Amino acid sequence: MRKILSYIRLYKKEAALGPLFKMLEALFELFIPLVVADIIDVGIKNGDTRYILTRCGVMVLLGVIGLTASITAQYFSAKAAVGLATDLRRDLFAHIGRLSYASTDTFGTATLLSRATTDINQVQHATNIVLRLFLRSPFIVFGAMIMAFTVSPSAALTFVVTIPLLAIVVFGVMLISIPMFRRVHAHLDRVLGHTRENLSGARVVRAFVREEQSIADFTKTNAQLTRIQRFTGRFSALLNPVTYVIINLSILVIIWRGGIQVEAGSLTQGGVVALYNYMSQILIELIKMANFIILITKAVASGTRINAIFNTEAGLKKSADHACGDKTLAVEFKNVSLSYHEGADTVLENISFSCRPGETVGIIGGTGAGKSSLVALIPRFYDATSGAVLVGGRDVRDFEDVHKLRERIGIVPQKAELFAGTVRDNLRFGNAAATDDECREALATAQALAFVEEKEGGLDFLLEQGARNLSGGQKQRLTIARALVRRPEILILDDSASALDYATDAALRAAIKALPYHPTTFIVSQRTASISHADRIIVLDDGRAVGIGTHETLLESCPIYREIHESQFGREEVAQHG
Amino acid sequence: MAKAKQTAPKGTWRRVLSYLKGYRIFLVLSLLLALGTVGLTLWLPVLIGRAIDMIIAPNGVDFDGIFSIFKLAAAVIAATALLQWLMNVCNNKMTFGIVRNIRNDAFRHLQKVPFSYLDTKKTGDIVSRVISDVDQFSDGLLLGLTQLFTGVATIIGTLLFMLFIHPGITLVVVLITPVSLFVAAFIAKSTYHMFQRQSEIRGREMALMEEAISQHKVVDAFSQEKQMLSRFDDLNEQLRDASLKATFYSSITNPATRFVNGLVYTGVALTGALVAMSGGAAITIGELSCFLSYANQYTKPFNEISGVVTELQNALASAARIFEVLDAPVEIPDDQNAAELTAPRGAIEFSHVAFSYTDEQTLITDMNVKVAPGQHVAIVGPTGCGKTTVINLLMRFYDVKDGAILLDGVDVRHLTRKSLRASIGMVLQDTVLFSGTVRENIAFGKVNASDEEIVNAAKAAHAHSFIKRLKNGYDTVIGEGGGALSQGQKQLLCISRLMLCPPPILILDEATSSIDTRTEQRIQKAFATLMKGRTSFVVAHRLSTVRECDLILVMKDGNVIEQGTHDTLLAKNGFYKQLYESQFVKAK
Repeated sequence: MRKILSYIRLYKKEAALGPLFKMLEALFELFIPLVVADIIDVGIKNGDTRYILTRCGVMVLLGVIGLTASITAQYFSAKAAVGLATDLRRDLFAHIGRLSYASTDTFGTATLLSRATTDINQVQHATNIVLRLFLRSPFIVFGAMIMAFTVSPSAALTFVVTIPLLAIVVFGVMLISIPMFRRVHAHLDRVLGHTRENLSGARVVRAFVREEQSIADFTKTNAQLTRIQRFTGRFSALLNPVTYVIINLSILVIIWRGGIQVEAGSLTQGGVVALYNYMSQILIELIKMANFIILITKAVASGTRINAIFNTEAGLKKSADHACGDKTLAVEFKNVSLSYHEGADTVLENISFSCRPGETVGIIGGTGAGKSSLVALIPRFYDATSGAVLVGGRDVRDFEDVHKLRERIGIVPQKAELFAGTVRDNLRFGNAAATDDECREALATAQALAFVEEKEGGLDFLLEQGARNLSGGQKQRLTIARALVRRPEILILDDSASALDYATDAALRAAIKALPYHPTTFIVSQRTASISHADRIIVLDDGRAVGIGTHETLLESCPIYREIHESQFGREEVAQHG
Repeated sequence: MAKAKQTAPKGTWRRVLSYLKGYRIFLVLSLLLALGTVGLTLWLPVLIGRAIDMIIAPNGVDFDGIFSIFKLAAAVIAATALLQWLMNVCNNKMTFGIVRNIRNDAFRHLQKVPFSYLDTKKTGDIVSRVISDVDQFSDGLLLGLTQLFTGVATIIGTLLFMLFIHPGITLVVVLITPVSLFVAAFIAKSTYHMFQRQSEIRGREMALMEEAISQHKVVDAFSQEKQMLSRFDDLNEQLRDASLKATFYSSITNPATRFVNGLVYTGVALTGALVAMSGGAAITIGELSCFLSYANQYTKPFNEISGVVTELQNALASAARIFEVLDAPVEIPDDQNAAELTAPRGAIEFSHVAFSYTDEQTLITDMNVKVAPGQHVAIVGPTGCGKTTVINLLMRFYDVKDGAILLDGVDVRHLTRKSLRASIGMVLQDTVLFSGTVRENIAFGKVNASDEEIVNAAKAAHAHSFIKRLKNGYDTVIGEGGGALSQGQKQLLCISRLMLCPPPILILDEATSSIDTRTEQRIQKAFATLMKGRTSFVVAHRLSTVRECDLILVMKDGNVIEQGTHDTLLAKNGFYKQLYESQFVKAK
């Protein structure tokens, strides 16, 4: 919570002025009864119409000053609250960007999104209300108590009992309802997730005619949410009635004890009335405070959820031990092992290999063999559990700024993902300074120029979110072009030709081979045809490298490689072309 | 456009009210409880006042009288608290019920909207309407209802008490108070568009965040964190601006109405004093001070109500956005005489089919293809040639613009969508899994499948061995979108899903592209069994598969440019031959 509260620092002035002006308003409100008393005691008593009129004028004036003070207060509170939320949202978004992939997978997109939106809105709303009320309400509560002491110290003792009792009730309700609101939110997340996946998987839902079942599932989850919301609501609704009972019972006590004092002659009837009025004033402020404590309860629950993300450490850690290597090598793996979580199965086991600049490395193997994990180590998406990955003779953990490492690498992920925006915007992802010619060049190499130029606007063609207005193959080729635009030293194609037909795939490989800057190329593939031309092929099986060599040597020496190849081409063709 | 937006509140209100219909009893109950609460709350000061009147001077205190009044007062206090709580419970029941109903309606509606809607709208935006907006709406509504009822009841109750004391002074109160309402209404009206703008920017920011979060790796790989952040900052600053305006201007309501209330108070003091001075039995000073406190009580709810108005305004802006989803056009309903498709033989014909996604762009112009029952059709062609579109049309995700697709000689538009889709099984290029257990995902198309059936399906799809190795086997919970499973594993599950209940017609859209060859080979065998006797469309790049098909459709730029068997097409020496040869040139 402290972290979130610290965001108010930037708005110190607003956060101080808001409540102060609010207090000013309250102060002017307190003057009004005095003026009324004057009207009754002086004006009416003396029959002085002029006096009454001027006093009424004073009341209007006090109102105008109060209005000005209050509007000023509202402005400052709004500015501080909105500012806090804006900064918080920004930092949260930036922090989410730094989280490790394991963490983002654990949270899930839905949860992260709802924390960055709903929860922050809640914090903003609460901050705004708190700034407006936190000085005003205690000011009136304690002001009234102090006044009560000046009237009758013994009767005022009732106040001393009542106020702590109220505090216990209010904080008790708060403590119990925080976990309840947390549960409500967890359920809301589930409803959100359900909606999201139903929309993104709409084709499958309808193909399997699952609409009715989906609706039934959603209705069930939704009903659970409603049930728990109602339960929580019923509990937090206790607060107002309970405080009402406490306050009014203590009023009865005050009158009873006041009566005894009046009987003994130590208090006047007016004094009793005054005590009663002060208690009523406290009640009015307490109702406001109770409502605003419910709000704070919700906001604290939101704040805790937001903090859970902030407390999740950013993905990569600095490391002290570095391995040095041969600077003439483009990429080198030295006894690399990897497991994603502590104690989890190893994904890669003791991999060692190296390649020179401009070479092509093919990586092939079964599902879950560790192909993608292997290439993910090069741009340091993950850190090796043991061993070292070197790029240009330098340990990847040695780069001060991981961006400096990633700048040299163009990666094409397995799943073609593009962003809403123009084709040019997406390409410039790879290189912000790319000219249109450079973009076209990259598109041509990626075999994407023809279809882009056919689209309306060419480079200005607007992609929808998730590039839904492109086919899978088109998306894939754009992601390849995006990686090429930066003229990377190392190009990684992570099974990125899967949606391409053989002709396009072949043309792509030829074009990459012909690139003037000769990138070191890693090709992850399921098809031997895609990698058979590579200078070095790594055959992975269950995280271990079971064969490293060229197509020809592997056909001879690696039974798994031969099996894969034969399954794709059939024996006679292997004999013919192999 | 601006005009339509301004009239939005009225129509929106009516629809919000229509959702209240099912909760009439609670509405009435809540209203009655509010009346009861307020009545008792107003009665208590009268009782206490009477008790105070019994404390006059030393040796003049009527303790017995006070005690009997206190017994009544204690009962009133207890009853007030109980009624207040019950009223909140009623309101809770109503609000959360309405929210549930709106969410259910929206979800149900989304199952019926056409793909042209889903494909063009941002998922994050729709989700934000169904979740955040409904939430905002519920918060506003709950607060609104609770305070509106008590507020109105307090106003009426106090008015009655004041009329009882002095009708003349009451008139002063009644005349000045509307100013407060007017101010509140004016502010609410002028801030409505600010809230709309705030909602709109929020939606845009959410879409950006969704993109950035779900594509985290890509953003990192290209060191785009900064650019992403600067785009975010841009929107975020716009949001700061919009939020500040909406929040500040709407929060003027409270002080402004409080000021008007001050005027009311002053008015009562002035007229009350003048009436009291005029002598006679017009009003006593005690009555005047009582009047002043009531006048205070009378105007306070206006404060609250105007606060409620902003809250409701906020809720209303959200409601309007929700109703936009609910108003999205639905798929053209099934033909009235649409036939249920039962046990189709699987003859499929594309007859002069024309189609395009937008009116400006033509895609398929005149497609003619005849497929006999049980035939295996391969669709090949360069990327982006329109293969996915053919699937969209076959499944009736989209309808043809011209011509017709005939299944067993019947236009698919004369069949119910459900029976059509149930007869076609597909494995899509993008794997789609749902959060739930592995078992639930496999049983997606057949909810009541037995464990044995599920295991058999998984075995047939060669998914059994990896599922067994998962932490909890078939009961392993996988997250949204498949979570931690590898691409290949996800695909295996998608295939198992189809294996469980294989329909008579199959569409395999590049289904095997991400699965390693060894597994794939086994799957190919399983598919061969599956495809036996079933009309199948395979979008494949594997020419070895293609060679065994009965019919190959060679597509380019949306149209089928060649069709025939592998041998006839090779003999034709056309585009297909080019495709075929390019593979082997590179395989060397």
